[in-house]
Amino acid sequence: MDLFLQSLVSGLLIGGLYAIIGIGMTLIMGVLKIINLAHGQILMVAMYITWVLWHTWGLDPYLSIFITIPLVFVFAEGLSKYLLHPLIEKDSILPENQVLMTVGIGMVLVELARSIFTSDYRSIQTSYTDKSLYIGNISLSLPLVIAFIIAIILTVGLFYLLAKTDLGRSIRATAQDKFSATLMGISAAKITILTYGLGSALDAAAGSLLLPVYYLYPDVGPLFTVKAFVITILGGLGSTVGAIAGGLVLGIAETFGATYISSGYRDATGLVIFLIVLVFFPGGLKRFTKV
Amino acid sequence: MLKVENINMSYGDLQVLWDVSFEVNEGEIVVLVGANGAGKSSILKTISGLQKVSSGKIKFDNDDLTIIDPAEIIKKGVVHVPEARRLFNEMTVEENLIMGSLHGEAKEKRNETIKKCYDLFPRLKERQKQAAGTLSGGEQQMVAVARGLMSLPKLLMLDEPSLGLAPVLVQDIFDIIKGIRQQGITVLLVEQNVQTTLKFCDRAYVLENGKITLEGTGKDLLNNEHVREAYLGI
Ligand SMILES: Nc1ncnc2c1ncn2[C@@H]1O[C@H](COP(=O)(O)OP(=O)(O)O)[C@@H](O)[C@H]1O
Ligand SMILES: [Mg+2]
Repeated sequence: MDLFLQSLVSGLLIGGLYAIIGIGMTLIMGVLKIINLAHGQILMVAMYITWVLWHTWGLDPYLSIFITIPLVFVFAEGLSKYLLHPLIEKDSILPENQVLMTVGIGMVLVELARSIFTSDYRSIQTSYTDKSLYIGNISLSLPLVIAFIIAIILTVGLFYLLAKTDLGRSIRATAQDKFSATLMGISAAKITILTYGLGSALDAAAGSLLLPVYYLYPDVGPLFTVKAFVITILGGLGSTVGAIAGGLVLGIAETFGATYISSGYRDATGLVIFLIVLVFFPGGLKRFTKV
Repeated sequence: MLKVENINMSYGDLQVLWDVSFEVNEGEIVVLVGANGAGKSSILKTISGLQKVSSGKIKFDNDDLTIIDPAEIIKKGVVHVPEARRLFNEMTVEENLIMGSLHGEAKEKRNETIKKCYDLFPRLKERQKQAAGTLSGGEQQMVAVARGLMSLPKLLMLDEPSLGLAPVLVQDIFDIIKGIRQQGITVLLVEQNVQTTLKFCDRAYVLENGKITLEGTGKDLLNNEHVREAYLGI
């Protein structure tokens, strides 16, 4: 029983990070109408930035979100403005071209990372890396607890932005009806570019928060793109609340896989859950969350 | 107030507006009538800046609307309520109204204008927290008009507000439009509902295949031979 609870809690904690990865992907999908196949690679970029900041100046990885979030935001806005948006504006080019562009961006980022940092595994050691909190017999990894709390704060902040500010409403309006949004005086181009930045910034936060508990190497990028994709499908494509559910489910599924099958099956379990959902609940978990 | 001067407009290679000119004076209700595909909606889209003209000018007071952005056009008080309502279906009624007031003075007066809209449409007040997509057709049209009013229009352009509504509701909508004019808002109306609109408008233009073919007061056109044959089936 303890083992079960232990896995559940650990899964939830990592699921909190998966949730913000999924929310970022969902925002981008909602407004740009594309699957961002560079999502994990952007997370990887944030992880390397965090690693460099720690390695060179000893900057705490949690504090580094104040650098990675704005930095990746600006970087992703640039990608969106100069590489993705020019394709969106051309009606004659199929929307798939933008998806292909994200694939290209992803590959370039991985190879850039490989040429700068090699394929070596990297990780960071902080004073709290191995610390745990205990509730009864269940241990909670301190870095994951901190990461989970920050993820909740970011999620609440994002939902506030989307629900209560003109900017957030403009993002939702553009996702729902671009034509009408333009009639309201919203610049769809601006919102589109900004949303790619915003979705990537959330992703970047997840990258910084993951680094204390995760190995870093260039192929973390594609791995997390797959995870982000799975989370978004689980969440029912396009629902931010669904993405939270999807993130938590994936986190728990992976942890159970690692506990009860073998730690080598962590990632595979997530994919099996993904297939089960695709086959039996093609609408994703949206059926249960209704949002 | 609004002066459209010799505009030509194309979607890609397909030209749909040919040398269109007309004007709307302050305080008037002017109607553009024409069959499906004549180019009525396209005219409104060029006025609100969603489509660029290939030549011609659209003067609103002293500004040329063809060279400014949609957001600026709204700020000047030119507001477009689109065909088929185009609400933000997953947003609440109130959020839809808010979306009409993103800029300038409209934003400052947002709360005040929302109250006025609820006075005008008490039904919407009852449904303020309901998702717009779940409303009936008539209610959705009220939201669309109210969202337009939220932008504090000087010129309100309505694209087929009676589309898809039951006959009783059509009369309601036209009454509302009269009420709007009484508040000092000029109205440019696009309609296929020729009989009803010609009866209550001040002036009208007939659009055929992207060209203005007739103009006159509502009464003149109701008695016009061609209009009676082509649009009234008499
Ligand atoms: N976005 C568009 N792209 C290409 N052609 C269009 C577009 N919108 C309208 N058209 C064409 O322009 C012509 C006029 O359309 P429209 O202005 O919608 O007419 P109306 O509002 O009078 O029914 C039609 O032939 C229509 O097919
Ligand atoms: Mg039309």
